[in-house]
Amino acid sequence: MNLKLRIWRQKNSGAKGYFQKVDAKGISPDMSFLEMLDVVNEELLAKGEEPVIFDHDCREGICGACSLVINGVAHGPERGTTTCQLHMRHFKDGQIIVIEPWRASAFPVLKDLAVDRGAFDRIIQAGGFVSVGAGGAPDGNAIPVSKNSAELAMDAAACIGCGACVAACKNASAMLFVAAKVSHLAALPQGQVERAARVERMVAQMDQEGFGNCTNQFECQAVCPKEIGVWFIAKMNKEYLKAKICQ
Amino acid sequence: MSLDAKVPLGPLAEKWDKRKFELKLVSPANKRKVDVIVVGTGLAGASAAASLAELGYNVHAFCFQDSPRRAHSIAAQGGINAAKNYQNDGDSITRLFYDTIKGGDFRAREANVYRLAQVSGNIIDQCVAQGVPFAREYGGLLANRSFGGAQVSRTFYARGQTGQQLLLGATQALERQIGLGRVAMHPRTEMLDLVVVDGHAKGIIVRDLVSGKIGAYAADAVVLATGGYANVFYLSTNAIGSNVTAIWRAHKKGAFFANPCYTQIHPTCIPVTGDHQSKLTLMSESLRNDGRIWAPKKQGDRRAPGDIPENERDYYLERKYPSFGNLAPRDISSRAAKEVCDEGRGVGQSGRGVYLDFAEAIRRLGKAVIKERYGNLFDMYQKITAENPYETPMRIYPAAHYAMGGIWVDYHLMSSLPGLFVLGEANFSDHGANRLGASALMQGLADGYFILPYTIGDYFASHKKPRPAADQAEFKQGEAEAGERVKKLLSIRGRRSPVSFHRELGRLLWEYCGMARNDRGLRKALAAIPSLREEFWKNVNVLGDGDGLNSGLERAGRVADFLEFGELLCLDALTREESCGGHFRQEHQTPEGEARRDDAKFCHVSAWEFKGVGQAPVLHKEPLAFENVSLTERSYK
Repeated sequence: MNLKLRIWRQKNSGAKGYFQKVDAKGISPDMSFLEMLDVVNEELLAKGEEPVIFDHDCREGICGACSLVINGVAHGPERGTTTCQLHMRHFKDGQIIVIEPWRASAFPVLKDLAVDRGAFDRIIQAGGFVSVGAGGAPDGNAIPVSKNSAELAMDAAACIGCGACVAACKNASAMLFVAAKVSHLAALPQGQVERAARVERMVAQMDQEGFGNCTNQFECQAVCPKEIGVWFIAKMNKEYLKAKICQ
Repeated sequence: MSLDAKVPLGPLAEKWDKRKFELKLVSPANKRKVDVIVVGTGLAGASAAASLAELGYNVHAFCFQDSPRRAHSIAAQGGINAAKNYQNDGDSITRLFYDTIKGGDFRAREANVYRLAQVSGNIIDQCVAQGVPFAREYGGLLANRSFGGAQVSRTFYARGQTGQQLLLGATQALERQIGLGRVAMHPRTEMLDLVVVDGHAKGIIVRDLVSGKIGAYAADAVVLATGGYANVFYLSTNAIGSNVTAIWRAHKKGAFFANPCYTQIHPTCIPVTGDHQSKLTLMSESLRNDGRIWAPKKQGDRRAPGDIPENERDYYLERKYPSFGNLAPRDISSRAAKEVCDEGRGVGQSGRGVYLDFAEAIRRLGKAVIKERYGNLFDMYQKITAENPYETPMRIYPAAHYAMGGIWVDYHLMSSLPGLFVLGEANFSDHGANRLGASALMQGLADGYFILPYTIGDYFASHKKPRPAADQAEFKQGEAEAGERVKKLLSIRGRRSPVSFHRELGRLLWEYCGMARNDRGLRKALAAIPSLREEFWKNVNVLGDGDGLNSGLERAGRVADFLEFGELLCLDALTREESCGGHFRQEHQTPEGEARRDDAKFCHVSAWEFKGVGQAPVLHKEPLAFENVSLTERSYK
C-alpha cells in the first residue's frame, strides 16, 4: 500500500517545527507502524535527507519508549495497543497519516518525534517506591497478601510509563500515571508505612513539573495501551485527601 | 596472564559464607569517598547501582534509554526461579544448583552456580518487600508455577510481566537513591569506551545522545551491566537498542571475552514476514504443553493447513522424540524446525516456519479451556499476524534470544581487568552452554543485590590508589579517539545504511553460526566478515551531525562493534569442536543426531584475549572442575 505521511520535524527543543510531507510507498500490511517508519527512514537516507528521530526500543509493547500521536490519537487507532504493536493493516491504501510527538509543556520535544519524559522519573524519585534497602527483608511469605490486593496492585503496576495519558489529555495531566503508582503501592501491606507521605510528595512533584489537573474527560484511559482505569485517579484523590486530613 | 577464578576452598555449601568473611570491608566513612560507575540499568545494573548507593558509595549510573525503567529486562515474561520450597515438593538449594548446572550442559563453574541458588530466596524476599505484585494464592501466600525442565514448582511470577515488575522494583530503588542524591543518573548517555589507568579500569568515555557531547567520567571502579549480544544476529527477541559495544570496548581494553559461541535460540517465536522485519517476538514456551508441532510431508506444499490431510503431515518432534515429543528442550526443538525448513518443507510466505497446532487440544479440552490457559498469547499472536490461532494453526520459527557467553569474570564478578566488574547477561555467567527458563532474572538480581555489594568492597580495600582526574591524559586520549570515530562515521557518506550492514552480518551469522554450525560454514563466515567490515568503513552512510540526537550515528557505532565481535563469535564456535547446549557442531553428533559433548577435551571456559582488529586473539582456558556432580549425557528419546 501507499501512504501520504505528514511527519513532525523539529531540529531541537528551541527550533520551530513543521510538517514534512513524505510518501511511503510499497508498505506491507504486515509491517508494524515503526517498521513502516524504518522503511521511510531508509528511503530518506538514500535520498540524502536526515532520517526521522523517534523513540523506540523493545518493539513488543512493554518498555514504554514509543510515543507517537497518529492522526490525533496517542498510539494510534487500535485500543490497548502501543505504537510498536500497531500494524499497517489498520490503515487504508492512499490514506493521509499525520504523525506528531507527545504534546505537553512538561514533555519538551528534543528532536522530531522524541520528547523528554524525565518529569515522570522525577515524580517516582519523589516517592514512588518502598524505602527498603537490600538485605533486611523478611521472608516473602511472612506477610500474607490477599489475592484481590495482589491483583489490584498488578492492575495498576502494569503501567509502562509511556506518557500517552498526558499526550491525550487537553490539560496535559499526569494523574493516571501518578495514580497508577500510588494505587499499586497503597494496595499492598509493604506500601503502608509511607502511604500518606508518598501520595503527598508525588502529587507535589507532579504539580511542580507543570502537568495540568484532571477534569474527568477520561481521554487518558481511552489511549492507555495497558488499559489502566481512571478509577485509580479517584483512588489517588481519596488517598491524597486522607493524607491531608490526617496531617 | 593466568586466569584465577578465586573460587574459595572448602565444601561447596560453605564457600560463599567463608568468602564473605574473608572479604575486606570499607568503613562507612571511607565509602563516601569512593565513586563507582554503573553502566546499564536493567535488573543487574539497577539493583547494583541502588545497592551500592544504599551502602554509601557515590554512584554514577548510565543508560542509553530515555529512562532507566526501559532496559530490556522489562520484556521478560515467564518468571524467576528461587529455591524456596514453598510447595513442599522437594526443592532445595542443592536441587536448583543441580538443575542449573545440568541445564547448562556442565559448562558452568560449580561454585558460582551454587551461590546463585543460595541467594535465590533472598531475591524473592527483597522484591516482595519492595512491593513487587507477585501472583498469590487465595490464602495470601506466594504462588508458583513449574517451568522448562524442572520437576519442582519454583518459579515466581507476576502475570506474564515478571521482568517488568522486577525491573520496576529495582528502578524504584534506584530512583529513591537518585532522589536522595546518592546516584547521579545519566539517561540517554551511551558508553563509547573504557578508560584504563595503570592497568585498572578507572572510567568511561560517553556520548550524551541529546547534545552529542563526548565526555569522560572517572571513578574508583567500573561496573558493566549492559546485557547480551543476541542482536549480532540482527533479528532477535532483544530490544532494537541492545548492543555489544560496552563489553566489546572493555574486551578491546583488556577484559577477556568468554564462550561467545554459547548463544540461545528460542524455538517458539513469530516468523519473519519480510525484509522490513526489525525484530522477532517470542511466544511463551508454555504453548508447547498443548500445541502439536508439524510441517507438511511434501516439499513446497502451499496448501492451507486445513487442506492438508492428517496422513500428509509430519509431527516431526513426536516422531523423532517419542518420549518428550513436543516438549523436547529448546535447543533440540529449534534445530529440528530448521532442518524441516532446510528440506523445503517450511510454511508461510518465507518458507521459514512450522505449524503449532491447537486443533486437537481444542477438540479434547474445548475452546474455553484453551482460552483460559493461553488467551493472552493467542490475542498477541492475532494482533501481530492477523490470523486467528483458534481456527488456523500458529506459525512459529526459532529466533536468537539470549547470550550465555560474555565477559569472563572471577568468583567476585571481576573481569581479568582489575577494577572492571561485569554483571548479568553481560558476563559469561552461571548458565554454562544453555540457560534454563526463569533463570536470567534470578542471575541479574543475584549479581546486583547480593554479590557485587560484597565483593566490590574487597577491591577498594585492597587497591588504595587515588582516583584519577577525568582530565588526565588517558581520559583526554579516550575522548579524542571517540570523537575521531564519530567524525569518521559522519564523513564517509557512502551508499549503504548502517541497518543494511547489520542485516547482512546477521544473515551471515544466522546461516553459519546459528542453530547448527560446521567447520566449512564457520570458515566461510570468518572469511566474509572482515570484508564486510572493510566495506562498512568505506561505504556506510550516516547523515546529520554529531551534535544532537542522531539515531543513524548511534546505530552505525553499534554495528561497527558487532562487525568486529561477530568474528570472535565464529572463531570461538570453530575452536570448540564439540556440541554442548546452545552450541551444536554438526560434526559432533551421535548417529541419532544428538549433541555429543567432549568432556575430555572441552571441559573448560574459553576466555579470549584481544590482540587487535583482524588479528588472531589468544585463547586462555579455565578448566572446569566438577567436585560435586558427575557429568552425564542428556537424552530425550
